[in-house]
Amino acid sequence: MKILVTMKRVTDYERKVKIAPDGSHLITEGMNFVANPFDEIAVEEALRLTKAHGGEVVVFSAGPKDAAQQIRQGLAMGADRGIHLLTDKELDSDAVARLLAKVVDQEKPDLVILGKQATDDDANQAGQLLAGYLGWAQGTFASKHEGLEGPEEKAQKPGLAIEGGKVHVVREVDGGLETIALDMPAVVTTDLRLNHPRFTTLPNIMKAKKKKLDEVTAESLGVDLSPKVKMLRFSEPPARTAGQIVDSVDTLIHKLKNERKVIA
Amino acid sequence: MFELTEDQRLVSESVRRFVEERVKPQAAHYDETCEFPWEHVKGLAELGVFGMHFSEAYGGAGFDKVTGSIVIEEVARHDASLALTIASHNGLCGGHIDMFGSEAQKQKYLPDLATAKKLGAWGLTEPNSGSDASGLQTTAVKKGDRWILNGAKNFITQGTVGEVFVVLALTTREKKQHGITAFILEKGMKGFSQRSIHGKLGMRSSDTAELHFDNVEVPAENQLGELDQGFLNTLQILDRGRITIGALAVGIARGCLEEGRAYSLDRKQFGKPIADFQAIQWMLADIATETDAARLLVRRAASLCDQKKPFSVEASKAKLFASEASVRAGMKAIQIHGGYGYTREFPVERYLRDAKLLEIGEGTSEVQRMIIARHVLKS
Repeated sequence: MKILVTMKRVTDYERKVKIAPDGSHLITEGMNFVANPFDEIAVEEALRLTKAHGGEVVVFSAGPKDAAQQIRQGLAMGADRGIHLLTDKELDSDAVARLLAKVVDQEKPDLVILGKQATDDDANQAGQLLAGYLGWAQGTFASKHEGLEGPEEKAQKPGLAIEGGKVHVVREVDGGLETIALDMPAVVTTDLRLNHPRFTTLPNIMKAKKKKLDEVTAESLGVDLSPKVKMLRFSEPPARTAGQIVDSVDTLIHKLKNERKVIA
Repeated sequence: MFELTEDQRLVSESVRRFVEERVKPQAAHYDETCEFPWEHVKGLAELGVFGMHFSEAYGGAGFDKVTGSIVIEEVARHDASLALTIASHNGLCGGHIDMFGSEAQKQKYLPDLATAKKLGAWGLTEPNSGSDASGLQTTAVKKGDRWILNGAKNFITQGTVGEVFVVLALTTREKKQHGITAFILEKGMKGFSQRSIHGKLGMRSSDTAELHFDNVEVPAENQLGELDQGFLNTLQILDRGRITIGALAVGIARGCLEEGRAYSLDRKQFGKPIADFQAIQWMLADIATETDAARLLVRRAASLCDQKKPFSVEASKAKLFASEASVRAGMKAIQIHGGYGYTREFPVERYLRDAKLLEIGEGTSEVQRMIIARHVLKS
């Protein structure tokens, strides 16, 4: 079985993001970059699946030269090889999906596993668009029946079950979990409760240096990266205004009713 | 030297994630109880930290000194005791065997040390011989195909939890420190006993012990390195160890900065966060500057060591400055926290207690100044 996984380079979610004074872009200078946590879960799941069923895990990332670090991280976790689409452009979800569709044509994986969203733009679209372009079944927000503290997780069992040419996906939906069976090949996107990604060991980080990492360009894949989504402006969320202290419940109700008009 | 490589970034992220998820929440508990944190030793060993400097052929990660110092800083950021355990296991015991051991000795001991199946300890200091190595009194006398060891060691890290010991003993008494040889001892050898030392100010979950040798018979093949070369070899081990202690101090100082920053933004007095007051800002600025300076000194020494250039004086400078900077950082971090900083409710009092050891262990500040001054006057 061959599994293609994504590993997006995102700004460190623990650091505060700065916006350019004119609101046209985010200031990335001096920012720390990490792998998208949802994608780390995707790599982990792919590794567990190939451990159970055999096969190869290929890590894909589109981004500048430095994005190679996030691919190496996937290789250090245990993936077999990497594909780096070199670009300095800002990509929208659609461009990523079209790029991935081309990579899928070349690599012919049985499964593509992506993080359900990236922690920078939280778009939550690339997986769904990719399934649409490929005409493949999709299982989004893959989760697990067992919690992350359960014995299944401690035994590092995959949450995705592959049986008889189908992949069974437990999905997080409003109000609970739903299990669906997809014909393969298929696209799966991962939610936070699917697994707990492994720690990368120091010897494996050294070994990852020797693994194959191919660089490709959008031109060589014949994909036009021009964005369909235009970013108009970035702005800080409005600062919270000071609260008011009222002296009685009656005053509170009066204010909510007549000043704020939030209750009838 | 100023920018981390891709591997170094991956290494620091991996270790940081482990330390923040597993080690940080329990660091205060282990400090309080003085229990040895076996669970973290096991976890970090799975990560490969306990053999990070050994070559890959013996189950290590083959790290250079710069990368190793990054690992130590990450662990020391939240738990200096644990960083000290790793440092002495890897650098002192494992390092001595790795650098001066025979092929057979390396094959016998390093794989178990790399996985922390066995912990390593290194015995130089004695009750009456600390900074003055010429006062060493433990003796080794050859008898047939065995060496007979008698004497005692003090303040030995991993003294009771360790299973593999590198011990320095006098083999040619009249040559004083130039008549010292290293030996590999194993726990359980007849006449070899250990006694735990309790009541330390800091580094409380690092295991410290006295070692006693009462006619301990050590097979001749356990002689480590050449006869009477133990002291010269030891100097090389100590030079490397000083870089590590410097990195440990950088980790503590960074902790003081991060905790001091967070508290000063959170704590309000006179209607605003205390970070708005210049008095607090200056303390933060000083900690930040000294932490950076210490890290650069450590990385320079480590980088010279990796390039196989002389680094002894640079290692002393790094160790001296970083350890003293970490103590100053601890004092300031407590000051920023005010009354709360004086309690165990916040971690900064532990950082100060841990930092104090670094001005003493692996060559006191006074010994470092002696080495540096000697170099200044000679050149």
